[in-house]
Amino acid sequence: MTEEVIKAEGLTKVFNKSLVAVDHVTFSVKSGEIFGFLGPNGAGKTTTINMLITVLKPTEGKASVLGYDIVKQANNVRKVIGVVPQEYTADEDLTGYENIMLCADLYGIPREIAKKRALELLELVELTQFKNKRVETYSGGMRRRLELACGLINRPKVLFLDEPTLGLDVQTRAATWSYIRKLKEEYGMTLFMTTHYLEEADVLCDRIAIIDHGKIIAIGTPSELKDSLGGDIITIRIKENVDVSEIIRGVEHVKDVKNDNGSYRIKAESGEATAPLIIEALRKKGYTVTRLSLTEPTLNEVYLEYTGRAIRDAEESREAFRTQRITLWRARAG
Amino acid sequence: MSGANEYHPSMLRGLCALTVRELKKWLKDPVMILMLVLQPLIWMGLLGKSMNINAIFSTNSLGNLEIRDVKIPGSLLNPPVSGVIVIPGTLIAQQLQQMFSDIGAKIMQNTFGVTDYFSYMAVGMVSMIVMTTTMFSGMSIVWDRRLGFLDKVVSTPVPRAAIIFAKVLNATLRAIFQATVILALAYLLGLQLSSTFTLLNLLGVYAAIFLLGVGLSSVFIAFSLRSTRMERPMQIISLITMPLMFASNTFFPIHLMPDWIQAVASVNPLTYLTDAVRQLTILPLDASKLAFDFMYLSAFAAILAAIGIVLSWRYLTR
Ligand SMILES: Nc1ncnc2c1ncn2[C@@H]1O[C@H](COP(=O)(O)OP(=O)(O)OP(=O)(O)O)[C@@H](O)[C@H]1O
Ligand SMILES: [Mg+2]
Repeated sequence: MTEEVIKAEGLTKVFNKSLVAVDHVTFSVKSGEIFGFLGPNGAGKTTTINMLITVLKPTEGKASVLGYDIVKQANNVRKVIGVVPQEYTADEDLTGYENIMLCADLYGIPREIAKKRALELLELVELTQFKNKRVETYSGGMRRRLELACGLINRPKVLFLDEPTLGLDVQTRAATWSYIRKLKEEYGMTLFMTTHYLEEADVLCDRIAIIDHGKIIAIGTPSELKDSLGGDIITIRIKENVDVSEIIRGVEHVKDVKNDNGSYRIKAESGEATAPLIIEALRKKGYTVTRLSLTEPTLNEVYLEYTGRAIRDAEESREAFRTQRITLWRARAG
Repeated sequence: MSGANEYHPSMLRGLCALTVRELKKWLKDPVMILMLVLQPLIWMGLLGKSMNINAIFSTNSLGNLEIRDVKIPGSLLNPPVSGVIVIPGTLIAQQLQQMFSDIGAKIMQNTFGVTDYFSYMAVGMVSMIVMTTTMFSGMSIVWDRRLGFLDKVVSTPVPRAAIIFAKVLNATLRAIFQATVILALAYLLGLQLSSTFTLLNLLGVYAAIFLLGVGLSSVFIAFSLRSTRMERPMQIISLITMPLMFASNTFFPIHLMPDWIQAVASVNPLTYLTDAVRQLTILPLDASKLAFDFMYLSAFAAILAAIGIVLSWRYLTR
């Protein structure tokens, strides 16, 4: 099946008449794939999701989910989607089980089916043991998993995951990935997810759109994106304290050279073949290569190339932001 | 795999689920329940008992009447008698005090419709608490928005009206609960029920509270929907509650107020709730007045709920 499950054309959201959060994005998601939106803080990921899940009205452009227009047929869209939001939205004062059943009621799922399914889902996300505990007592990872279970109660055809592993430790993150894959296989869902973890996008997504300042700047499978950089990265170091950039640039297949304090970052097609040529060229001029390493490009390089900055920069402020949200939540509970 | 078509998101089911959620939140929060009881208790204890208008007309407020004996020469009487007639001052004082208290009761009766102000006031208190409670609980929707709960609910196919009415219902139930506390308390503190009162009248009281609660909370919820901050709805509430309260028959009869306040009071829904509750509890029931009160309250509820729904439709999806 290659039918388009999500289709967005020129989708735009302007806040307060001036802040363009999402700027004419156009993309489509095919049936059964995991499609990822990758971008830094404030890129417009959540805003895009919120439009697709009918929580926000687009300012301009249109989009459809399973053929239903997100504005004109919003109610049909709501019936076929599941949502796992970026924030913890479960009700703190209710138990995990009560939260799932509340979702079931909102979808109008017959009670008997809902009960059975809720227990199954709790089992799936390993919360059975805690199902009658108030969510207030849950850890971050448990809350995330509960959100996942809530988003699945209506057996959605399309699942939207907004930063599903935000703030989780490495172990829980890996576990969540395996849930997500399992879900996709078990229920044959199409997944739309956002993330700012490159690794996550790389391992999990079939296709990725890199979004920055509300615009999609690259789109493709992870390997397509990497290939688009046009080659591997060779890093070398020489004994002598001279700038040899020009010599390296003269070597065949070399595309770009950056001298970073005597360590040269070289972009080249098929690095394995090019590296010996570089060594040879340098030796001829009397220079000695002391170190050499070869890396295939990662999404990190892709990201750097397209956005001009490393994604990790944003990390710290984001964690601070998350902590603040949780504090707000706690303040209300207490 | 089961298709999505088998589900029937219904108004009733959604409404029940969301209302039950709020009720569970009450029950799991003993502090809040305590507040729900304490608030009326404090209002009642302070306002209800401190504004003791009855005392003004009681003989105590005359103080110790020192009246000298009155001597009347017998020759002044018709037919004249010999000697002097002495009317003891204490007797006169007694008479005056009796008259004063009769007049006082008469004034109270004509002004308030009942002879004791406490009863009058206690019922006014019911209206006041209904008003503040319904207005303030509209703000819980601001919390739901801030915490993302509302967005999640909006992304489900539950009818939009159910989302709003669950809030309205919750606000109204809370008001009814508090009104019950007030009335029970007032009864213990000496509220004098009229002879036409039966327990069935309580249902009427609840119906009236329900109508006002629905009207007020619909609009406030709709307004709160727009904001993600608490401040704005709070400001609006504090701006209008006092005027609404005093430009009505809550604490004082309208007919003694200046014309312009009377004009405001006569459209103020609080006036009609207060009157309805008084008719049903402390006054001899006047069916035609009561019917008019209910008509007004129903119209108020219907119109404001309609406005609320329209606004919610616009603001739920931002
Ligand atoms: N309700 C709103 N009102 C005004 N501006 C908003 C609103 N929601 C988001 N924005 C702005 O729109 C931009 C995009 O925000 P969005 O939440 O979509 O980013 P994001 O990619 O999800 O970021 P993050 O990784 O931090 O979650 C930001 O500049 C944000 O400040
Ligand atoms: Mg986001």
